[in-house]
Order: sequence, then C-alpha cells, then structure tokens
Amino acid sequence: MYQDPILAASAQLVAQAREKNIRLDPPRMSAEEKEQLLRTYHPDYREDQFQALTVGPSKGQKVPRELAALLQGHSRIDPAAIDLSKTDYETDVLVIGGGGAGAAAAIEADEAGAKVMVVTKLRMGDANTMMAEGGIQAADKPNDSPAQHFLDAYGGGHFAAQKDLLAKLVTEAPEAIQWLSRLGVEFDKAPDGTMITTHGGGTSRKRMHAAKDYSGAEIMRTLRDEVLNRGIPVVDFTAAIELILDESGRCAGAVLMNMETRELHIARAKTVVLATGGAGRLHYQGFPTSNHYGATADGLVLGYRAGAGLLYPDTLQYHPTGAAFPAQIFGALVTEKVRSVGAMLINAKGEAFMNPLETRDVSAASIIRECSHRGNGVKTPAGYAVWLDTPMIELKHGAGTIEKRIPAMMRMFGKYGIDIRKDPILIYPTLHYQNGGLRIRVDGQSDVENLYVAGEAVGGIHGRNRLMGNSLLDIIVFGRSAGQHAAAKAADVTPGKPTLSHVEAFHNQLREAGVDTGVISPRLLPTYNSLGKDF
Amino acid sequence: MEQMVNVYLYGKRYAVPASATIMEAMEFAGYTLVRGCGCRNGFCGACATLYRIAGDRELHACLACSTKVEDNMYVATLPFFPLVKAVYDIEKVKPSQQIMMQLYPEIYACVGCNACTKACTQGLDVMQYIAYAQRGEYEKCAEESFDCVMCGVCSSRCPAGISHPQVAMLARRLNGKYLAPICHHLDQRVEEIKEGRYEKLLRELMQESPEELRRLYNTRDIEK
Repeated sequence: MYQDPILAASAQLVAQAREKNIRLDPPRMSAEEKEQLLRTYHPDYREDQFQALTVGPSKGQKVPRELAALLQGHSRIDPAAIDLSKTDYETDVLVIGGGGAGAAAAIEADEAGAKVMVVTKLRMGDANTMMAEGGIQAADKPNDSPAQHFLDAYGGGHFAAQKDLLAKLVTEAPEAIQWLSRLGVEFDKAPDGTMITTHGGGTSRKRMHAAKDYSGAEIMRTLRDEVLNRGIPVVDFTAAIELILDESGRCAGAVLMNMETRELHIARAKTVVLATGGAGRLHYQGFPTSNHYGATADGLVLGYRAGAGLLYPDTLQYHPTGAAFPAQIFGALVTEKVRSVGAMLINAKGEAFMNPLETRDVSAASIIRECSHRGNGVKTPAGYAVWLDTPMIELKHGAGTIEKRIPAMMRMFGKYGIDIRKDPILIYPTLHYQNGGLRIRVDGQSDVENLYVAGEAVGGIHGRNRLMGNSLLDIIVFGRSAGQHAAAKAADVTPGKPTLSHVEAFHNQLREAGVDTGVISPRLLPTYNSLGKDF
Repeated sequence: MEQMVNVYLYGKRYAVPASATIMEAMEFAGYTLVRGCGCRNGFCGACATLYRIAGDRELHACLACSTKVEDNMYVATLPFFPLVKAVYDIEKVKPSQQIMMQLYPEIYACVGCNACTKACTQGLDVMQYIAYAQRGEYEKCAEESFDCVMCGVCSSRCPAGISHPQVAMLARRLNGKYLAPICHHLDQRVEEIKEGRYEKLLRELMQESPEELRRLYNTRDIEK
C-alpha cells in the first residue's frame, strides 16, 4: 500500500486499467523511431557530459567527464619511491578482481596447472555479478542457434560489437551453462531437465536461463566456493593501484594496497588478468546506480596508464527499471525478469506506453521521455517515475508465480511495506553497466602484452548497448578464456626487470599537455560520508 | 527539515535522518565504510548487523543496507564472522548423507533452539534446512536455503557452532550437480557446436554487408 495520497491515487488508476492493459501487446518501435528516441532522450547523447581525452593511448576518444578526470589523474604513488626489488607475492597468474570474471579466470588458470592468486579490493564476491538478477543467455533450445543469438546481440548493440568477440560469446554460451551446471549452479529447470527460459529485452528467442532472480548470486557463490575448494590464495581487502611492467613493456605484476592499513605490497606475476568490473559508483550525470560499492572504474585507470586502449568508453547502460521509490532503495535494480515474466510499463495516466521488451537503451530513453517531454511521469519525492505493473504477472501466470520466479524482488519491496503481488512499483532508469572498456583481442589480451582483461572492464563484446543476460555470459566465457590463455602464456614468460616508468611517463605527458585534473586515481571507493572525505 | 532520530553506533550517539538505512546513517555520521559494505542492496551479505532498541530486551539481526533506522537503536555491525568452510572436490563427492557427516559433523549437534531461524536476515527457516541437511535431503535443503546471502548471523547465534551458510552451499552444489534433472538439450547443443554444426551459419551471417545485417535484424521473427 502506498501511504502518499498522490502515489496511492495513481496506483489505483493503474489497477483500474489493468484488465484492459493486460490484453495489449504494444507494437515494437521501428528502427527510425528508436534512433530518434535515443538521440533525443538517452543520456549517452548529451554532448556536454562527455570530454575528449588529451593524453594516453586513446587520445581524442570521448569519455564521460567523471571518467576523464580519473583516466587523466595522478597516480596514488610516487613511482620513484617504490622499491620493486622487494617482492611480497610471486605467482604465475595474478587475477585482479574477485567477481565472476576473476573467479572464472582463477579456476581455469588453476585447472591449467598455473600458480594463480586473486587480489580483490573488498571481499571475494563483492561484485556486480552478485547483483545480477535476471539471467544468462545461451542458444541451447531447438528453435535457436548461435547465429540467431549473434543477430540479436549485434543489432541490439547497434551493429558496433567486435564481431570476433561476439561470435566467441554466442558460440561458447551453451558450454558456459554446462560448465556452471557441472559446478553445481542450480538453474531453473522443468522436471524433465528442460531449461526454463524466457525473453529478455531485444531477444528473438526465449534463451534467458535463470536461477530464480538470484542468477548472479547463485553463480557467484558457487564460483567462490570452487575457488576456495581449489585452495587458490585470495588476498582480500587489497586493491591494485598500479600495474607493473617490465623493460620491454610487458605486464609483470601490480602494486597493491591494503584497504585497511594502507600498506603497499608488490606482486610479481608472469601474466595478469584484470577483472575489476564497472563504474556505476562514479554516478555519471548524477544518476543513481544499481552497482556494488566498489564499481569505480579502477581497472580502466590502471590499464590506460599502462598503455591499454579503450573501446566505446562513451557508452553506458542505464537500466530502464531502477527502483524509484521508496528512497531507501532508490536506484536499486528491479530485474528485467519482472518484464520477462509479464509486467508492463504504465504511465501516470494508466497507459501502457511501450512494448516492455524493447532493448534497455530504448526502454530507458522511452521512460525518460515519458517523465520529461510528455509529462506522463508519476511525481515521487525524488523526481518522476513510471509504474511497472507487477500484479499483472500473477493474473497471467497464476498465484504464487512472483514468489517462485522473482522472490528477491518481492523481498526487496516487502521490506518497505510494498507487496508487489498486489501493488505496482515505481521505476526510473539507473546507471547499470559500462558497455565499453579496455580493448581486447579474442584471446583476451589487451594492447599491453601479458595483460589480459575480462568481464565488465572489457569493451567491444557488446557494441554500444548490451542485452540482458549477455553480461553474466561474458564474464564466464571471457573469464574462463582469459584464465586459460593467461596460464598458457605464463608458461612461456621469462620474467624481466620490473618498472613503473610508464607511470612517470604518463605524469610527464599530463604535464606536457597542461592537463591537471587535480584528481588522484584510481578511485577505490565512492565518497558517501557526510564529511566529503575521499578514501 | 527532515525528521531526525538518535542512533547509537557502537554505543555512541548520532542524530541521523529518520528515513536513512543503518548504512546511510553510518555514512551520515561521517564513517567511510570499507568493511561491512558490499552490494548495498541485500544480495551479498557484507553488512550483517545486530541491534537492540533501548528498553526492548530482544536482540535483532538485519542487513544494514536494507533496514531503516529507528529511534534509540543500538547498532553493532558484524562485518566478518569466522565460518567453517570445509574443502572438498565437487567431482569426487557424492550426494549421500555421509558427506555431511564427514564435512560438517557439527550439524548433528543441533540442539533445536531455533536461534538461527530467529536471527536470519532473510527470514529463512534455517533450522529446518539444517534438519534437511542432517537427513541428506539436499534438494529440500537447497530450496529452503536458496535465498541465503551468507551473512553469517545465524552462525553467530548458534550454540552448536554450526556454519549454516556453508552447509547450505554444499547442499545446493550437490543438488545442482547431482540431483537436479539432467538437461539433455543443453548437452546435445554443446556437442553439436563442438562438431562445428553451427559454424557455417554464423560465419555467413558475419560476412553479410552492414545493410543486409540491419535488414535481417529489423525483420527477424520474434518468438511469441
């Protein structure tokens, strides 16, 4: 029940229109309509929110202003003051990041016989993977194929994906699901073993596999358990703050910082897998975010300073359905699965204003249009929002469906007295995913030799927009692959002389270009304390 | 002016907005969280927290990220709890009752006090899923424990020293790997891909002109 009289009246209007709306199948937009909509309303198209980089391997590339300041910031260390001869950790493969991609890489590098170690800024599993709710795509049904999956993702990403990466993603998808199943991940299945699959925005086949609406959490906790079972060392509460190269520019380790004591450590490695995740906690354009606490683009800064170029860093994903009410969960993810299982988007007038299964960028832009230019938003304490009509789900599929298929959503709103089986919920786009990132080859290596990248820190797999369920997929496919290739490469590496000269060189470039952002980077945590004290 | 309430963080009083979560209240008070903060949305279990309201004897447990402050709330966070995690090889274990006896024998010392269930931040029937684990009913244990975020509050309250989240983790993996029905269409598709059966189709698609790819995308049929 909504206490606020305006919200209660609006929710009542939605309830009255439900019988009529549920029978509608709003038409999908044409390619031209979508393009016009995105240009006018999608945050990626606000020119003044982006800035071209003036130094580094992707000079001239547009990136969000907040990211530009970090990429062109100063190191947290004075390279001359660091003694690289004192090694605290020595390993074949150093995995930086304890999310899904990092865990998958560590498991495969271990499987390949390499000595592997994971460092992670917070705990193992503190990652966006843990918060991915809706599902993971794979073309494993008779009416589907990797080519069909490719077409959906390539078109949904605006024909900009790196084709070889996307081909690998869709081709290895069924095997990724099989690998996870064999590790014990509990996918939703029918009694005969058939995967229960649904649509996601922009899919042409029902290929979304899920574990209720804890899909990412179920994958993450299983991978974490497997890392621990294998005895792979995990150094937690330890951030990588610079990469170490050798005299020929190959990646050879990292400078680490204990997050609690601030003590610095040196890790030497033959190859490095950077799996540091996304950037939601930078709150681009002031948006709230669905991301975990440590999503601050630190890997992009490390890689960029070491010479790795970026691809599509100017494309962000605003998830169309972030929670807009109550304030305590503002920006939290309302999984796309809610729409997959039948909820429609309804404006303040009670109208189903769009097909609920358009791609994420189109849906977000359409909601922003409804709440701005069209004036059909519902006024909330924090701004405007539209309704996601969750009671429709049980009208379509029967009582009990919500508890069974989206229990996390029921719990999240239930904590604040909103029963999503009876009342619709208020949503507005939230900063969700970094479509772009560091450029890689199909084996996962970045522009820097022996530096592999996997997971959300990579750019190019999805093009300029990502479909639901392709991110849990990419962390597994490219995480495993990066671990395998990093292990194989490590066998051939003769360690060189470690250096941080690239950090000094980057500082020099900044000086010569007259760039002084006044920012120290990488940023490791957002600044949320009321005193404004940066970590 | 927003309404304020008094909360006692580790015993020290701070006035914070009444609408804040415990986590936001700590940040409002000036804390920079490193421990005890993860997804900030109830999925990761980093922010297990114990509290009492002054004048009330009952001890409550919650996640700091998704619990609103109350006036006169005394708060202590539990950012880490030493759970026992037994190490095993998932390929070698079998979903028999013996495996629990071997790896987590302490579950049979459960005294039935129900403190775990009362403390669960997710509202799960923890004692019930431990009972399923004792009997080797892993499918039931997996289902009952599915929403566990492994925050560890249950274990902190257990007189028998049981690491409930780890027991449930083992049960879910056993269930997912050995007990859940086998998915034949998945295994078949993986084999077909290995045989290269979909390569040609994909390669041909990738070689289409940009215009043709656009046309194919915009006219593709969508499964109802």
